[in-house]
Amino acid sequence: MAETTDLDVAYVARLARLQVSDDERRTFQAQLGDVLRYAAKLAEVNVQDVEAAAHAVPMFNVFREDRPRDWFTADEALQNAPRSANDLFIVTKVVE
Amino acid sequence: MTAAELPALTISELQPLLRGGAVSPGEVVDALQSRISEIEPQIDAYIALDFEAAKHEANAADLSLPLGGIPIAVKDIISVAGQRCTCASRSLSNYIAPYDATLIRKLKAAGAIPLGRTNMDEFAMGSSTENSSVKITLNPWDKSRVPGGSSGGSAAAVAAGAAFGALGTDTGGSIRQPAAFCGIVGLKPSYGRVSRFGVVAFASSLDQAGPLTKTTRDAALLMNAIAGVDPQDSTSLPEPVPDYTQLLGREIRGIRIGLPKEYTTDGIDPQVKAAVDAAVTQLQALGAEISELSLPHTEYAVAVYYVLATAEASANLARFDGVRYGHRTEGVANLVEHYERTRAEGFGAEVKRRIILGTYVLSSGYYDAFYLRAQKVRELIRRDFVEAFKKVDLLISPTSPVPAFKIGERTADPLQMYLADIFTIAANLAGICAISLPCGFATSESGTQLPVGLQLLASSLDEARLLQVAHAFEQSTDWHQRRPPL
Repeated sequence: MAETTDLDVAYVARLARLQVSDDERRTFQAQLGDVLRYAAKLAEVNVQDVEAAAHAVPMFNVFREDRPRDWFTADEALQNAPRSANDLFIVTKVVE
Repeated sequence: MTAAELPALTISELQPLLRGGAVSPGEVVDALQSRISEIEPQIDAYIALDFEAAKHEANAADLSLPLGGIPIAVKDIISVAGQRCTCASRSLSNYIAPYDATLIRKLKAAGAIPLGRTNMDEFAMGSSTENSSVKITLNPWDKSRVPGGSSGGSAAAVAAGAAFGALGTDTGGSIRQPAAFCGIVGLKPSYGRVSRFGVVAFASSLDQAGPLTKTTRDAALLMNAIAGVDPQDSTSLPEPVPDYTQLLGREIRGIRIGLPKEYTTDGIDPQVKAAVDAAVTQLQALGAEISELSLPHTEYAVAVYYVLATAEASANLARFDGVRYGHRTEGVANLVEHYERTRAEGFGAEVKRRIILGTYVLSSGYYDAFYLRAQKVRELIRRDFVEAFKKVDLLISPTSPVPAFKIGERTADPLQMYLADIFTIAANLAGICAISLPCGFATSESGTQLPVGLQLLASSLDEARLLQVAHAFEQSTDWHQRRPPL
């Protein structure tokens, strides 16, 4: 089990694309340190030969017919858009 | 029966009045509106209410349908077309759901009227409804205390007679724990029993929607409407839906109920323990065979849950980027700043904490130690239940180790808040069904009466038997008839 003091809130928040203030960083560092120290007890469990369970009910290859059907119109898809024009979402500039 | 008495009725009591023409659906909505305007200033259970739309639907109600003309409150995380769906988050404060969730479509097809959006912890992350960005909901039994969470608004509304029944979601106890704190019935269906399509995702391998009601019979009636496979949710189970009322009233003689010894820990409030012990004795008197057994990996459930649920949440909440919907920041220099500031402004502290924890346990170097290991321990927890259900039909425990706690008491210490879910989390990890129902009261230091919840758990898709035993217990007591002093 990794040392829980490895948690660097500022670094992880950048990975998550989430700005945190200095106050938040200090508070989360302490609170999540507690949670991770608690979670470290998972290291006690013998998990040799145990398959990881992504779901409680194993299900594989759930198929349905690939048929066109009525769904959103462009207007409906755009109704919640913070910014839109010409039936398109406006995004923040990504290329110079 | 006067109009003022209508909101105290259960769904199954209201049905014959509507069908027999003693009251009209419009009168029911009017009576509920009066009750809500009296109660809402005291408990703050709702985020939004549209009585005009509900009256419009009431006038067109088809009373031949199973839930014809019955208004049902909806947790603010479940999409109802044309209504706001904010998840009690600033990030979605203006979001209007463009479509009905499958369970809403089914509820409407059964004749029910979605009425009101109930308060919750932001994105269902919490156990007290204090993480709502909108307001704090108060417990109808003691207004200095929380209603539980995350479906706290749904539970408080039903307990206060401000809803006939409500829908909630349960990822680690979010239906059962508030039901226990507010003295009502809350059912978490088996994973896959109710479609998640149109329910905003928190932790996709754990989330289930289900009913919060005044009685077990009402829970069965709502389950009849909302359960079933859905081509739009590939994790919904393609098993037939039984009539969940069919076993209600049957005797429970010979039914085997297991008492997991790991659930009789020192941390249980003595008054909660006394109420649950009395419930076990009562079930024994009704003919149930009680035996002690072991769920050896119980002590790891909370740790497994807070690794897996936060990992899934960090991925699910990546979609809130302020491009297609939701809050968007202004005046940024580049796309990274757009994302970082949009999300910082949109999310509250608990959501940020969980995104950071979830991102950490999935990040390079920690994935194997936390996420992968937690998935393996989850499998061991699931196997504990498979073994237990070879020996017994049901399991029994308190729903929560403590009754409703004081507002503000646990907000500074997330780990203590997380440990409040110790008895409810395992059912989500194992994918089984579980119900909370009233089994007594604890007296607070100030003399208020605080409801105690009894949890019964059954194997996957065994909801009918779960409801049978819960109903037998309920009908042999009068706990479900107690109402808060409002």
